[in-house]
Amino acid sequence: MKKSVVSLKDINFKYSNEVILNNISLDIYDKEFITLLGPSGCGKTTTLRIIAGFETPQEGEVFFDGEKVNDLPPHKRNVNTVFQKYALFPHLNVFDNVAFGLKLKKLPKAEIEEKVKKMLAIVDLKGYEKRSVRSLSGGQQQRVAIARALVCDPKLVLLDEPLGALDLKLRKDMQIELKQLQQKTQKTFVYVTHDQEEALTMSDRVVVMNNGVIAQIGTPEDVYNEPANAFVADFIGEANILNGIMLRDKKVRILGVELDCVDKGFAHDQPVDVVIRPEDIEVVDPSQAKLVGVVEDVIFKGVHFEMSVRCHDCQWLIHSTVAQKVGEEIGMRVDPFNIHIMNKMFLAPDNTIITEVYYSDKENNTTTFLLEGEEVTIPDTYYEEGQKLRIVLPPDAVYIAADGVGMLDEVYIESVIWKGEHNEIILESDERKWIMQSDIDEQVATYVSLGFDFSKATICEVK
Amino acid sequence: MKSKKPSIPYLGWMLVFTIVPLLMVLYYAFTDDTGAFTMENFTNVADYSHIFLYSLYVALISTLICLVLAYPVSYSISRCSERKQSIIVMFLMVPMWMNFLLRVYAWVLILQSYGPLDTMLQFFGIHLKLIGNTGAIIVGMVYEFLPFMILPLHAVMSKIDDSLIEAAQDLGCSGVYVFRKVIFPLSIPGIISGVTMVFVPTASTFLVAQYLGGDQLMIGDVIERVFQFNHNTGSAIALVLMVVILGFLVFMNRFGDKEAVGR
Repeated sequence: MKKSVVSLKDINFKYSNEVILNNISLDIYDKEFITLLGPSGCGKTTTLRIIAGFETPQEGEVFFDGEKVNDLPPHKRNVNTVFQKYALFPHLNVFDNVAFGLKLKKLPKAEIEEKVKKMLAIVDLKGYEKRSVRSLSGGQQQRVAIARALVCDPKLVLLDEPLGALDLKLRKDMQIELKQLQQKTQKTFVYVTHDQEEALTMSDRVVVMNNGVIAQIGTPEDVYNEPANAFVADFIGEANILNGIMLRDKKVRILGVELDCVDKGFAHDQPVDVVIRPEDIEVVDPSQAKLVGVVEDVIFKGVHFEMSVRCHDCQWLIHSTVAQKVGEEIGMRVDPFNIHIMNKMFLAPDNTIITEVYYSDKENNTTTFLLEGEEVTIPDTYYEEGQKLRIVLPPDAVYIAADGVGMLDEVYIESVIWKGEHNEIILESDERKWIMQSDIDEQVATYVSLGFDFSKATICEVK
Repeated sequence: MKSKKPSIPYLGWMLVFTIVPLLMVLYYAFTDDTGAFTMENFTNVADYSHIFLYSLYVALISTLICLVLAYPVSYSISRCSERKQSIIVMFLMVPMWMNFLLRVYAWVLILQSYGPLDTMLQFFGIHLKLIGNTGAIIVGMVYEFLPFMILPLHAVMSKIDDSLIEAAQDLGCSGVYVFRKVIFPLSIPGIISGVTMVFVPTASTFLVAQYLGGDQLMIGDVIERVFQFNHNTGSAIALVLMVVILGFLVFMNRFGDKEAVGR
């Protein structure tokens, strides 16, 4: 059993009534490079700030080496942070910036000088001691920030998107340097990023976060090859994510075609998400494949060709070293172990509302009910006041309305996943979750108004 | 290269309203009523040296009081949300919408014998002369010029990034050290401009002492009075005051450069 240096237990964090972290539990082991990965607003930076001591969770416990440290202020924690925009002290030169923490520890002058010199050599900034931090380039400032954190010899180094402000080439170099630095100094690194490639390149373990919860923890290989759900599959790497139905063990149906897979343990005819990585699709002759499609687009990407193939109204993404001609019909074959089956994040296929008629108008033929405290009127429908109703709204009956004309306001977009034909969007209002379809790429972690198209709804009376 | 043409009106303005008056002051300061060159005006200035020193003393004390009052206020404002900050800053500006004289006169009414403050103190059996002394002048000066200290301090402090404070805590600073090692050094440019903006007008202002100081005058009042009967000596005093203030500004700038803060 590996020794954990930091443990988070059932952490809940709210910021002015908005849930930022929802029951997060995480163990960070000694000397590992662990990355918190997720889209903006997923709670990864908050998690880091809780470890650093800048935020105190309302519920849950933070342990350092088995000791509870919830109320320990940041300056008493043996943890140092590399901040997003470096946060170097503009009134101090490079030497004084790096020596800042050591001077506070009241170390002898000669020792401080030796340690700072050594650390500056490690980050390749020998001879920069007297330079003003403002005269340095972004990459150099980055190194000063890293040196400043590492020189204090902390147990844990926290890095909050430290490479976000650098250009691509420099970022790639720094990724490798950081990883080497971590191995050389034998420290535990906790790294926060929204860049999945960065996470896969550097980490020993990746923690994928979404909407305040941990979606998956695993090695980079694990999260890429065995994503826990459609969100992880979509966020890490590229993926074809389709709605499927699990017919029985090791048999799944997508786009009306039955395919072999290796997953089992699902219920009979259970709707599932099916994930197939674009590089796992083999292009074969149409006669030899169950799935047949027409090549619509071919893009050369350097190592491979990225092809877009239309098959039953559904857009497939294929990576292949052999280019096909646009307009050509091809067969697509996938090995059973490359078909990943996962539980749907939104279990029901439709949105069901059980309600009572609040008010109805026979003359205008309308029925009004209350939805989270707001009156919603169904046109061209009449039910008696007080009648209990079951309204089933399929995903395509829900739409994002323009500001002010929606029927339900302040609805949070939890995830947007491309399902081959359209985006499947999961939203959260005050009291429940919603599922909808849209052809537009909506922005995750934003608030929108929802509208409902009752002509597509099924409404029936219930006793 | 940027065109210099747009600056022409301003250059004209400066010529007419700054350069020419300055030259006139210079001319009067070095001549007598017949227009002949003389240094006599400057020997007259020596008669007012005690008032000079007194003015600088009042300016120094007022500036220090302003700094002590304004620093914590500015710091707490700068830690508020942006919306709150602009509201508070607006309220600080409100008194400045009123006429300068009115504001001084308000203090005369408050401080005068049998005025509200005096009556209240007498009720508690405290008998003090509240007006007509240095204390009253300083109260007036602090009231007049406090916003000029708060605004530059607030401007600098509100630009101190929260992440710098967090970085200091992260590296082991407790509250006191965060202030000493980060907030104070970063606020020095604000202190310098605040001190300059308060000290210079306090040293040279007039009327405040006339209203609140009783017989005690300040150099600004002296210049006003002397000018009424002798342009030449008046100009000489004004010139000496300008040189003193210039010296002060150079000193403050040196101080700022040495700290090399924010550069």
